[in-house]
Amino acid sequence: MDKPEKNRPGPEITPQIVKEHGLTVEEFRRILDLIGRPPNLTELGIFSVMWSEHCSYKSSRPYLRKLPVEGPNVLQGPGENAGVIDIGDGLAVAFKIESHNHPSFIEPRQGAATGVGGIMRDIFTMGARPIALLNSLRFGELDEPRTRFLLHGVVDGISSYGNCTGVPTVGGEIYFDACYNGNILVNAFCLGLVKADRIFLAGAGGVGNQILYVGSKTGRDGIHGASLLASSEFDETTEEKRPTVQVGDPFTEKLLIEACLELFGCDWVVGVQDMGAAGLTSSSFEMAHRAETGVFMDLSKVPLREEGMIPYEILLSESQERMLFVVKPGHEDEALAILDKWGLDAAIIGEVIEEPCVRIQFEGQEVVNLPIIPVVDGALDLKRPAERPGYLDEVVHISLTEFPDFTRGDRALKKLLACPNIASKEWVYEQYDHMVRLNTLVLPGSDAAVLRIKDTNKAIAISVDCNSRYCYLDPYEGAAIAVAEACRNVVCSGAKPIGLTNCLNFGNPEKPEIMWQFQQAVEGMGDACRFFDIPVVSGNVSLYNETKGVAIYPTPTVAVVGLIEDQRKVMTQGFKKSGDRIALIGFTMEELGGTEYLKVMFDRSEGKPPVLDRKHEKQVQDFCRKLIQEGLISSAHDCSEGGLAIAVAESCFSPGCQTLGATLTLDSTLRNDTLLFGETQSRIVISFPEERINEIEDLAMAFPVDFSLIGKVGGSHFTITVNGKEVVKQEIEVLKEIWKTSLGNYAGQTT
Amino acid sequence: MKCGIVVFPGSNCDHDCYHILKHILNQETHWLWHKEEANLESFDLIVLPGGFSYGDYLRAGAIARFSPIMNSIIGFAKAGGKVLGICNGFQVLLESNLLPGALIQNQSRKFICKNVSVRVENLDTPFTRLCGENRVLEIPIAHHQGSYYIDPFSLNELEEKGQILFRYCDTEGNISAESNPNGSVGSVAGLTNEQKNVMGMMPHPERCADPQLAGTDGQIIFQSLISNF
Repeated sequence: MDKPEKNRPGPEITPQIVKEHGLTVEEFRRILDLIGRPPNLTELGIFSVMWSEHCSYKSSRPYLRKLPVEGPNVLQGPGENAGVIDIGDGLAVAFKIESHNHPSFIEPRQGAATGVGGIMRDIFTMGARPIALLNSLRFGELDEPRTRFLLHGVVDGISSYGNCTGVPTVGGEIYFDACYNGNILVNAFCLGLVKADRIFLAGAGGVGNQILYVGSKTGRDGIHGASLLASSEFDETTEEKRPTVQVGDPFTEKLLIEACLELFGCDWVVGVQDMGAAGLTSSSFEMAHRAETGVFMDLSKVPLREEGMIPYEILLSESQERMLFVVKPGHEDEALAILDKWGLDAAIIGEVIEEPCVRIQFEGQEVVNLPIIPVVDGALDLKRPAERPGYLDEVVHISLTEFPDFTRGDRALKKLLACPNIASKEWVYEQYDHMVRLNTLVLPGSDAAVLRIKDTNKAIAISVDCNSRYCYLDPYEGAAIAVAEACRNVVCSGAKPIGLTNCLNFGNPEKPEIMWQFQQAVEGMGDACRFFDIPVVSGNVSLYNETKGVAIYPTPTVAVVGLIEDQRKVMTQGFKKSGDRIALIGFTMEELGGTEYLKVMFDRSEGKPPVLDRKHEKQVQDFCRKLIQEGLISSAHDCSEGGLAIAVAESCFSPGCQTLGATLTLDSTLRNDTLLFGETQSRIVISFPEERINEIEDLAMAFPVDFSLIGKVGGSHFTITVNGKEVVKQEIEVLKEIWKTSLGNYAGQTT
Repeated sequence: MKCGIVVFPGSNCDHDCYHILKHILNQETHWLWHKEEANLESFDLIVLPGGFSYGDYLRAGAIARFSPIMNSIIGFAKAGGKVLGICNGFQVLLESNLLPGALIQNQSRKFICKNVSVRVENLDTPFTRLCGENRVLEIPIAHHQGSYYIDPFSLNELEEKGQILFRYCDTEGNISAESNPNGSVGSVAGLTNEQKNVMGMMPHPERCADPQLAGTDGQIIFQSLISNF
């Protein structure tokens, strides 16, 4: 793209230039209609980013309106930098999950690092101190040549950025599947703690208030990251887009956190927003839009990293670690003194004006004069056609007779434990500082991460989840299961789910099949959230996740936050004591579709995903939480990928607990494979001391909920007997070794 | 015991050290800001906390040693004041020549965060006096540049003078290559100066000193220090 000239008038806006900015002819005509004149090149750049899919949500917005966003404890729903939920004691948690997929595929280390940085800024702009990071990562299959490189790069990026800022990375999930070969997913979650009456919003209110630029100097990096990189699919030219990936500086981020939290203590701070996607452009327009004001800025005052930058570049740069504050006049020096203390660049670059416009001056000349509403709200909601994809007819019908059942399950058990979707993620989380700040009560490797809230009795549990294979086979059901399972995970740690944030990763929305997947998944998620009474308080949509026409599986990742009222009643998944009884809450059905077992043993991603009976799910969760609150059980673990046998094995060798064997004695009319490895929903494996049996059984009857004793903790082996016949017997240390080392062995191999 | 905790830009275990000393062990605790020299005469202990001072974009600790506060701390240490450097603080002490040797990248070239065992090697110091015979402590590590290096001759000298305070070991106290998480020479996890008043260690005792979290083995190091006063 030709660089625009420094002085107006700029080059004539040709159809070619419009196209290079990712705008359609219709969109360009709409711009002409809305502002009544042709935009100059800088203004065209502004429209191009603000109307991009990434910033405008033009394909997804009509559907997102269907998600439940309200609840008695919701202090801030979607629309701000992050959602906020009241947790009592005068405190609230702010949280959000966000994607950084495309940058991470092109440049994994910086892409992932800046994803972490961006989500953290979304949290502390709300006035909250970030206390926990999690992430959901999806890579291609292990044999894909780039997978190992991407895995190392992404983990290294998250590790280097998160560790340096002193915010612990306490949990997450990682999946490998061929559908991500050409488009990995990096979704980063952050949660912060804030006083309920000190939440900051991103509004530029109060005419005459000063606009304060804070943080790193602006450079030429990341220009058009949002509009051209995040809002189109990958093809042969993708490598050339590397310069649109930003470079992160976690040290500056750490200083920004501390400086901003200090500024938030001052009553003359009016509003603040991160300069994220679309940089100075989106932050100024959106802040003015929220407060129904206007903004005047002089770009000559913006701290720059290099000489000769023109307004077009300054406005569209996505240089990281920058914030825009609005402060009351007369307090500029106090603000600058605080920022100087932390060694940060800062400058007053403009002020809030009454006229609902953004007016931008550079070297004494006006270079932009655009009305707010057309830019922020002008992108038309697209009513993209949706159509059920043809592939579904081919993949959902499977007959179990195609898959011979086994009489010994040892081989399948070992193969599943070694499969990277199930194997221990120790190689990954050992690279993350998961302890700093001394709040982590449950370290990585259990169903949910648990953090204490200092100076209270409370704790917070967090789980990130999505089984995208289920979503591929049935996006409605798959998304509902993601909600149910994330809730089940936090319930297993003793928490009550209080809120949800989502990151909706899909393919190209211009294709009707993709829109259908999107629409189904959002409906499934919305229905499940309504049923479980969990508000969706924030989220992010990432479309165009496809390469050369091949889309990823629909991946509507959810993060559920739960509240534990009593820190002493935190539960973990590991068995605690030899002699404890093992029981299953819920029951197992003859379901094998979409399972990890079918994928690992038969290389098939087919069949109907498990059925979710929401009412039953809720009973199971309520019962489990009740058992934990009453102090009756020693462990609780959600049954998910790999089914019952894997869940029990994981409880035998959970991190932080001693390794213990287990014996399961099952009676069943089901096939052995479905009984051991089927992924029927709404099941939780618990263990408890022998003497509690009657009490727990009585409670289960009264509830009522399905409940069965299935075995005993202890011994040096993991043994499963079905209808009197031994189906599995393995030394627990052998199984543990397979599970513990598999991912690290893969990562450590050189190609 | 009157404690000072240094805050460099990029320190991130400063609040954790403060929490343990002030709220768990009830000691008088103050912040020390990196930009100013300070009169430390009235202090009993100065803690250099973990983190990424100045981003550690050069060598870890290489910039922090030039902070004004370090002049005061070097004077304080030379006068016999007790200084504890944890993780990045250890790196700063090495860069400031208050302790001998260097910390280089972990053998794995990766950041490592996990619980490890360390064996207390010398009980006759203000930092370890309450540790008990052959005591093995469970303390977490969290670092990328934690592999201790010093030439073999100097390592011998450190041993002879009883300056090695902690070595990585297994849960039984045995020392081997497997129990050495980062490739440190002699499995060294922490050491002191000849005068035994300055100590640096890579493991984080402040991360296992709050009874509400798993493990309290780290408390014994702070308790040892408190028992000096």
